[in-house]
Amino acid sequence: MAALDLDSAWNLHPQVSVRPEPFGALLYHFGTRKLSFLKDRTLLELVQNLNDASSVRDACTAAGVADADLARYQNALGTLAASNMVVERPL
Amino acid sequence: MTLLESRHESHADSRTAKALDKPAENLAFQAPAKPGRLVDLFEYGLDSPICLTWELTYACNLSCVHCLSSSGRRDPRELTTAEAKGVIDELERMQVFYVNIGGGEPTVRPDFWELVDYASEHHVGVKFSTNGVKISPEIAQRLVNSDYVDVQISLDGATPEVNDHVRGPGSYATAMKAMQNLFDAGFENFKISVVCTRQNIPQLDEFKAIADKYKAQLRLTRLRPSGRGADVWEELHPLPEQQRELYDWLVAHGDNVLTGDSFFHLSAYGDALPGLNLCGAGRVVCLIDPVGDVYACPFAIHENFLAGNVRSEGGFQEVWRHSELFAKLRNPQTGGACTSCGFFDTCRGGCMAAKFFTGLPLDGPDPECVRGFGEDALAKRKEADSIPKPDGDHSHRVPREPRSAGSRPVSLTLSLRRPESPPVSACEDNPLAGFRP
Repeated sequence: MAALDLDSAWNLHPQVSVRPEPFGALLYHFGTRKLSFLKDRTLLELVQNLNDASSVRDACTAAGVADADLARYQNALGTLAASNMVVERPL
Repeated sequence: MTLLESRHESHADSRTAKALDKPAENLAFQAPAKPGRLVDLFEYGLDSPICLTWELTYACNLSCVHCLSSSGRRDPRELTTAEAKGVIDELERMQVFYVNIGGGEPTVRPDFWELVDYASEHHVGVKFSTNGVKISPEIAQRLVNSDYVDVQISLDGATPEVNDHVRGPGSYATAMKAMQNLFDAGFENFKISVVCTRQNIPQLDEFKAIADKYKAQLRLTRLRPSGRGADVWEELHPLPEQQRELYDWLVAHGDNVLTGDSFFHLSAYGDALPGLNLCGAGRVVCLIDPVGDVYACPFAIHENFLAGNVRSEGGFQEVWRHSELFAKLRNPQTGGACTSCGFFDTCRGGCMAAKFFTGLPLDGPDPECVRGFGEDALAKRKEADSIPKPDGDHSHRVPREPRSAGSRPVSLTLSLRRPESPPVSACEDNPLAGFRP
């Protein structure tokens, strides 16, 4: 899986619902009937910021992701992209 | 620790990713023992259930001998259409992504399709279980056009003999017709749900072949001694060597067969099966029954597991978040007699309902413990009449006869009574007309 470009812009898939939970969040995709567990509130915030951010990097900054952690969150988003939970914003 | 875990109901891989089956139904994965694993977080419960079973009616056209909810006759107190829509509104607010609707036979409720449409409009996905009686070509066509609806056909034998022995005469033909209709309409990946019994374990490959033929997905679940199942459990539950056969079959087919996380008690045979390996009752799953009672799980219809009713103040949300029973269940499980067993971490003592309805202590071994501790416990249990009985019986009052082959017309004896005089005219105004002391 190619790493997701931090300067590209992404959206939550329109068929995906996000449910915050004490441990993080649940994501459910009504199209694929797939469930994902976010095990971290920062990742939840990042996902919630996506649609309004001009890039993944911006969304990470807004969620308070430290530079040292950027790669981990980039990876997590890549996994969500692979399962179609998040989709690249059309230009 | 990773930041997220994903599950797919149809692409679970038991050996590598430890993925799951039904996202909702079994949530997740068998996580390796490490800090921050979800199974530990789930022990304390969630703000909303992941997987909710909602039985819409106790009415059913069949009388399956192992029915979990002892269904047959409608209960006059069942939720009205308006009340059911109120529950859907609440599930939408709580972000319960989807519900597993069952019964009884849910499709015999006259407002069934109205409720399914209402749920879809309110972003609550529906997977409903049916014996297929209402799945006509027209309905199949309608279902294929809906993104939010999934269908599960119940089949407990790969042949009419085995199926109808449990589910009743004609039920195999009904289920096969429904599958054909779904297939013809192009509904791919519907579910075929099989309760594993002593009689059908030798047919696992045949079930898989049926699923493949109809482009459906096979789902195997465990027979529970719940509802009428308590009466036939001794006769139907798999023999020890069949449990091993089932485990090996599941390991071999892990990627493509759903289990609803039913068989985690079999994990003591070796590698853990895909699934959460946690009793989800009251933590991530629960049951709403046709009259609105909320139970910890679909297999535990008994007052000991009754948390409240959706009709009470605060509705379902109040019950889920604040009932005393659920608070009690949301604590790490204690192993009791099983604590010293090396397999406790994967089997977790098995199924609470299976223990309860066979009269075993909840902190002891599962009655089908693969190491044989359950059989020992069953042999030592107290008087049989102290075994708890399932609450509520909506079974048909008379045994049902076959409707087609083998049934004969009912003979009536007609008698003729000749009146001694002409019938009294409706215009007769004497109140004692026709009366002969």
